Order: sequence, then C-alpha cells, then structure tokens
Amino acid sequence: MLESNFDERKREGRLVGTRALIAAFIVITALLAVVLRLAHLQLAGHEHFSVLSRDNRVKVQPVSPARGLIFDAKGILLADNHPAFSLEITIEKVTDLAATLDELGRLIKIEPQDRARFERQRRQRIRFQGVPIRLNLTPEEVARFAVDAHRFTGVEIRADLVRTYPHGEDTAHVLGYVGRINEQDLARIDKSNYAGTQHIGKGGVEKAHESLLHGRVGYQQVEVNARGRVVRTLESHPPVSGADLHLYLDIDLQQVAREALGTERGAVAAIDPRSGGVLALVSTPSFDPNPFVSGISQKDYHALLNSPDKPLFNRAVRGQYPPGSTIKPFVGLAGLEAGVTTPRRSTYCPGYFSLPGHSHRFRCWRRGGHGAQNLQQAIAQSCDVYFYDLANRLGIDRLSSSLADFGFGSVTGIDVADELGGLLPSREWKQRARKEAWYPGETLIVGIGQGSFLATPLQLAAATAAIANRGQLIQPRVARAAQPPGEAQAKPLPLVSSRIAVSDEQHWQQLIDDMAKVIESGTARRIHSTSYRIAGKTGTSQVFSLGQNQRYNAAKIPKHLQDHALFIAFAPVEEPRIAIAVIVENGGSGGSTAAPIARRVMDAYLGAAGSGDAQEH
Amino acid sequence: MRGETISPSPVGLWQRLHLDAPLLVALLALCAFGLVILYSASGQDPEMVIRQLIRLAIAFTLMLAVAQIPPTALQGWSPPLYVVGILMLVAVLVVGDLGKGAQRWLDLGVIRFQPSELLKLAVPMMIAWLLSARRLPPTWPWILLSAVLVLLPVMLIAKQPDLGTALLVASAGAFVLFIAGMRWSMILGILALVAALAPMIWIGMHDYQRERVMTFLNPGSDPLGSGYHIIQSMIAIGSGGVDGKGWLNGTQSHLEFLPERHTDFIFAVIGEELGFTGILALLALYLFIILRGLVITVSAQDRYGRLLAGGLTLVFFVYVMVNTGMVTGLLPVVGVPLPLISYGGTSMVTLMIGFGIIMAIQTHRRRPQV
Repeated sequence: MLESNFDERKREGRLVGTRALIAAFIVITALLAVVLRLAHLQLAGHEHFSVLSRDNRVKVQPVSPARGLIFDAKGILLADNHPAFSLEITIEKVTDLAATLDELGRLIKIEPQDRARFERQRRQRIRFQGVPIRLNLTPEEVARFAVDAHRFTGVEIRADLVRTYPHGEDTAHVLGYVGRINEQDLARIDKSNYAGTQHIGKGGVEKAHESLLHGRVGYQQVEVNARGRVVRTLESHPPVSGADLHLYLDIDLQQVAREALGTERGAVAAIDPRSGGVLALVSTPSFDPNPFVSGISQKDYHALLNSPDKPLFNRAVRGQYPPGSTIKPFVGLAGLEAGVTTPRRSTYCPGYFSLPGHSHRFRCWRRGGHGAQNLQQAIAQSCDVYFYDLANRLGIDRLSSSLADFGFGSVTGIDVADELGGLLPSREWKQRARKEAWYPGETLIVGIGQGSFLATPLQLAAATAAIANRGQLIQPRVARAAQPPGEAQAKPLPLVSSRIAVSDEQHWQQLIDDMAKVIESGTARRIHSTSYRIAGKTGTSQVFSLGQNQRYNAAKIPKHLQDHALFIAFAPVEEPRIAIAVIVENGGSGGSTAAPIARRVMDAYLGAAGSGDAQEH
Repeated sequence: MRGETISPSPVGLWQRLHLDAPLLVALLALCAFGLVILYSASGQDPEMVIRQLIRLAIAFTLMLAVAQIPPTALQGWSPPLYVVGILMLVAVLVVGDLGKGAQRWLDLGVIRFQPSELLKLAVPMMIAWLLSARRLPPTWPWILLSAVLVLLPVMLIAKQPDLGTALLVASAGAFVLFIAGMRWSMILGILALVAALAPMIWIGMHDYQRERVMTFLNPGSDPLGSGYHIIQSMIAIGSGGVDGKGWLNGTQSHLEFLPERHTDFIFAVIGEELGFTGILALLALYLFIILRGLVITVSAQDRYGRLLAGGLTLVFFVYVMVNTGMVTGLLPVVGVPLPLISYGGTSMVTLMIGFGIIMAIQTHRRRPQV
C-alpha cells in the first residue's frame, strides 16, 4: 500500500512535470511570436514607421452634430441651439494651472462663480477633455484671447451650439433639458458617436428621443504642428445633424394650463383622444431649465432640490396619487361588463356601508346619505356607498383586471423619460409586496380609488381618452413627427394603440352619458358650459385617514395634509377633441378647485374663450 | 512511507517569511520598470506615479499577507469563495439591470468592488480543489463538472459585458485542467467544439464587441475608434527601432497620437521610447516570472498546490500575451492591461494576491512524514 502510494505520487509528479514543460514550451513559442512581430515592426519596418511618425502630423478630430430642434404643434420653437464661444482648459496639457489661470484672468474677466463651476466640473471631467473656465465670451474677448493664444498651451476657444429653451419654465418638465455627459451616461451610449459632444438629454422628451435628436458624429483629419495646434484641415466628413421634432404639444395651451394652476402644486395632462397626442403636460411649480445646460451652481441647485414645493419633480408623469372618485366611471364599467349591475339597478345609501357580518362602517362622503341611487346618479353625485357595494360584488380580481385594461398600474409608454406606473392593488401584488392575504374591506377602498391605489395624472388622462374613444386606448405621445436634416417632409412617428374589449358597446354610451351628467347637474355643475358639452368626473383623494367618527374639516388641518383635488374630463361629448386630467395637491375638493382649471384649458383649446357662461353655484 | 531522504534542511530566512526570493526580486524589478515608464507615459505627472506607487504598496502588502496562509487552508476556502463570487456576480447583474447599462461594480457602501476580479482567483482554486480529491489525470465526469463550474462565471461576466475578464477567467480554469493532465484527445476535441460554436458566439456578442472584431480585421473601418488606436500604436512601436527614441522622448505618446498610453497601450510607449532592446528586456522579465511559477508548480508538494500554482502562473502569461498581442496588432483589441505596468489598480491587486498564493505553495512545506 505504501509502495503503491509512493509510486502514485511519483507518477503524478511526472505527469504534472511533463505538462509544465509543455506549458513552458507554449509560453516561449508565444512570446517568440510577439518578438518576431516586434522585429517585423521595429527592425524591418523601422524606416517605414519612422517616416510615418515624423510625418504624423495628421490627427483625427471628431465633429459633433447639431442637435435637432423641437417645435410645438404650430411650429413655434421650443428648443433652440444658440451659438456661443467658451474658453476651455485641457488640464492634462497645462504645466502650471494656477499660473495659467492668473494669466488668463488678466486677459479675460473670470468671475468667482466661473472659478467655482470650473473646480466642480474639473473633478468630474473625463481625461483629456477640456473644462470650460468661461462661457459666453463676447467677440472682443475672443479676439483678445486669439492674439495671445500662443502663450497658452492647453487653453482653447471652443465654438459651440448651446441648447436654449425660449419658453423655459413652461416646458421644463415635458421637454427636460440637456446637461453635461457624466460617467453614468457614458455607460449607456456609443462613445465614439458622442466624441466631441458634451451634452446629452437628461429628462423629458430630450432624453426619450435622444437617439433621434443627437444625430451622427462626423470627423475631420487635421494637420497639427509640433505643439499639437491645428494648422489646416485635410479631409472632412461632416456630421449628420439630429432630426427636428414636431410635437403635438401646443405651447399656448401649455401656458394656459400653467397659468390656470397658478401658484398651486399640481399637474395638468391634456390629450387629443383621436391621436393620443399630448396637447399640454404641465407640472407646477416649475423651474428654468436653461442654467442646467451650462452647469447650474451648487447653491441654486440645492435651493431647487430642497424647496418644499419640489419644483424639479415632474408631477404629471411621476406624481402618483390616489385617483379618488375619478376612478368611479371605470369601476362602473367593470360592474356593467361583469353583469353585477345594470343602469337601472339601484342601491340604497344610508350614509355608510358595512360588509355582511361586520360592524365597521365605510362612510359615504355625504354623511346623511344619498338615498336610492342608480349608476348615473351615483356617478353624478359621486356616491361612495354605491361603489362600495359594487366593488364588493365584483371582488378584487375582476375589479383589478378591468382597471388594468385602462392602463392603471403600468406605465403608459409616453415619450417623456422616467415615467412612473402608479400602483393597481391586486391579490398578487399584496402577496408579493406585503406577504399578506387580501381583505374584502380593501376591495371597497379600491372601488373609490383610495388606499394603496395610485395613478399618475398622465395615466388618468390616457384612461379618460380611452372612454372618449369608446375603448380605443392610445399610447400618449408628445412628439408627432421627426424631420431628418435635408428632408422636406417630417416623418410621422408610429402610434401604439389597443382596443379594450367590451361585451356590449352600449356600455360606452352609458358611461359617457353618466359623465356628462356630472357636469350638467352633478358635482362639477359649476363648470357647465353652454357652448359645448363636457363629460367628466370629480375626485377628492385623502392625504391622511380619519378615524371612524371623525369629520374632515379643512379649516382645522394644515395645508399639506388637506385633500388632493382631482378632475378628469373630455369634450365635446359628441366628438371628443380633448381629454384632460387635473390634480391640485392639497387643493380641497375636485369640483371647486380642479374642475375650473380643466374648464379654462378646454375653453382655450376648443376656442370658447371667456368663462361668462360658467354657472356659479 | 519510506524515508524520502528529505533531510530536514535548515529553514532559511526567506522560507520563514514565506517569500520566494527569485520571484520577489523579479516582481520588484518589473514594478520599478513600470513606474519609470508610467512617469513618461503620464506626461511626467508625478501625482499619477505616486498614486500607482500607493497601489503597488497595497498590492505587495496583500501578497505578503496571503503568502503567510498555508495552502491547506486555502484549499478549504476554495468552495465557499467560489460560491460567494458567483452570488456577487449575480448581484451585480441584478443591480445592473436596474441601472440599465454595463455594470461591473458592486457598491458595498465603503468600497466599490469588482466581483469578476475575485473569480480570477476563485475559479482556479475551485477547479484545483475539485480535481485534487482524486488521482490524476481527471476522468470525463470530473472534466465535465469542471467545465460547468468554469463556464458559469464566464457567462455571467461576459454578460456584464466584460470580454477581457471573461477570457482570463476561462483560461484560468482551462489551465488547471491542462496541468492536471487532461488527455490531448479531449483538449483537441474541446478546441474543435469551440471552433464549431464560433458562429453562435458571434450571434451572442454585443454590438460593440462585434465591432471590435470587425475593426481587428479591417483597422481602417473605424477612424475614431480602436482601428485608429492600433495604427497609431504600430507606428509608435515601429518608429522606436532598435534603441528607441529615448525615455521621455516618444513623439507618438507625447503629442497624444497614441490613445490610452498610460493604461492598455503602455506597451507601445515602451516600444517607442526604449526600442527593441527595451522590450526584449521586459519580455525576458515576464518570461522569468512565468518560468519560475512553473518550477514552483513542478516542485509543489501536493496536488492542490501543483494545480493552483500552474493555473495562476499561466493566467499571468495570458495577460502578457493578450496585451502585447493587441498592442502590436496580432490580436483583436480586448481590454486587458499589461500586468503590473499599466496604470490602474484592480487587476494589479488580484495578480499580486495570486503571486502571494504561489509563494505560499512554494514555502509552506510539510515536514516529511515518517
């Protein structure tokens, strides 16, 4: 045994030894191949490559493409490229930075905030990329530097097209803005197509349509002198500019919507139900996107970031709110479709609803109760008890799947970056997220759009447009068409739409009539218009819960805990041209705060200016 | 066991420190050479040289520490280390999916860590552990199991996507099998299989990876990208000639025609400034280190030590080969640094820990059993 063990060890030793020897042979052969290659380059090819190296005055430089412009529906420019000169320092090429900065300061005015921005961007720079020390040089300053340029190695004038947003605050959220490319952006882009480009879309349409707007990089072969300065251009392959975007968005309507929201925190999403085109997408308060292009100062940025009103937050596509009573028409349709209710069937509202065998009272907003209510009355008066009962008879599975058909719980897919999808509660969701079983009481709460249920203003507008379209659900789009450079015609961008299947097409008409009733004699009668018919639904969503026997009293509750006001609508009823969702954070009741805002936007769009015919109650 | 007439030789100072003197001297020479070249390649930036020096100091310290660990302990840690490595790779992919982009780093709050680096050590350790349990050469079932254990992390890393590291990890595993005496017919069979699967690999590649292969075949096709790099790098090396243009005098590098000159393409700076002779000296140093590693492999006392030392040594060879092959235009551009010379920290630390393990295998000798 010992003997064989010893033999075994010897045998394995020999085996590994042989393999190591073979490995050594392979290593030497491979390195010999490298040596041969080097001999080929350095010995045989030396003359050839020396000439190439001596004459190596030709450098390839990228030429960045001009970014596509953005126009509104009427051709008004929303995002422009503005020529500007900046002074850039390539830190890797400068021997004494402090001395260079002092010298430059004597030639050209450098403000402390220029220095601060330079220091900030210097820390985040990509190696061998210039960092701007001054922006927006005047022609005199350019000339003054040009005369002395030879004294400054590593300092260069850069002619750039700077993105500007003439309508600044009106479009900040929907368009987003461009900003300097950072490390994270680098990871997701084709680096060589962004050689020479310093900006990239950081949000909104600018980010969503980055590939269309950016274009294709060009390059030129230039001759340089011994210090790396360009002497002349030898060969040039021009870049291809990005495509111009033509939007559905109407800047006038956008402004109207923003003015209507005033100083409130809120959002308006207006969609043309026929095309899915976004007519207005507003989030207030807003901010000026222009400082972000050249690099906003730390102080200003923190002021925006830490403001309690969160101006940087795009409420229209990222604000997730309980939809409240605006969900009731959709729940009504689910009930009709499932056959658990009919237009004639009525439910008695005593002011509360209790599940059989339970004492807990789910309150109606009207404490005295609505009495007997059919579907139309329940929608017009926004009776909670009717919908508690309806949701209870539907059950969460049917309710949740029917609401999902309208896009609740998932992103709409709009071409505005970083959209959120809200939350549609379901049995599976609760099991996954909270590891708990579903309680029947929660179904009732979903039936009136409260509890964990969350939707964005955009989702509400898109779902409303689907009712106006009688079941055609179209993905909302801000951009209508893209016009590549040199083409006379803009090419329409594709639309995505799907159909919500119903058992009886009559149900759509029923729903539309019910929603029209809301405006004619229901909770939104104050915005009743004589010049066109509106169909809508008010909503009020709770920010915090009241106890069993507490009363909601706005006067006694701090503003930030007051109810959110919501309103959805479309008009004209006969041939809908606009569908809208409005939310006013802590705005109180939907009928009094949100509905008049929607009315102003619809008036402006449908050309019925003035609100003289709005009945005040 | 019969007395192997291994007289308990006087235990020398080096052995007590658990260091292998020839290897240590060669590594120090290599790193010193690297710092001198880096000073030139960085455009005489002392800050960069100092940062590299700090990294080297950390890497050498880790090497010293690892050399103190007996290989038997390493053997026991192999499977858990491998499992942890795989879990971290999966974590990186999941986080990367959320971040929508290439993701190689795992942010542990205090430090950022690249799990694929750990696998460069964990994979050869795992395979050596697996094969050391029975007699060599390994039989089919064990080879198949090894192949699965190697390919799992390789695919996860290729998905990141990081082709260079995937290649290094795959070769680490393959070399352990090779040293273990896997039969030639099997080796040829696997090579044939890889050749047959090449079209499928092509389909599975990311666009930019395909572009790199295309650029390798036709460098002129991508004037702003790696084709330009290769052309400029060949001009730099070729113009260096026998004696080079002299330290700090490379025109290609200092006029910035040569891209990535302080990282992946630093070999071209050596070629331009120190010429053919300088490069031969560097390659001789690399060859010495590799051969020393193979000597340690042969003289190791147990199976695990032999297999692991061989695997780690040959991975170092792959670094040298892939980088020099790329810079001289023999191989396609794959992001692999010139080991212990290129500026940058992650691979350097892994390599030095690897040498620490090799030294541990050489110096932790069991007393002859009687």
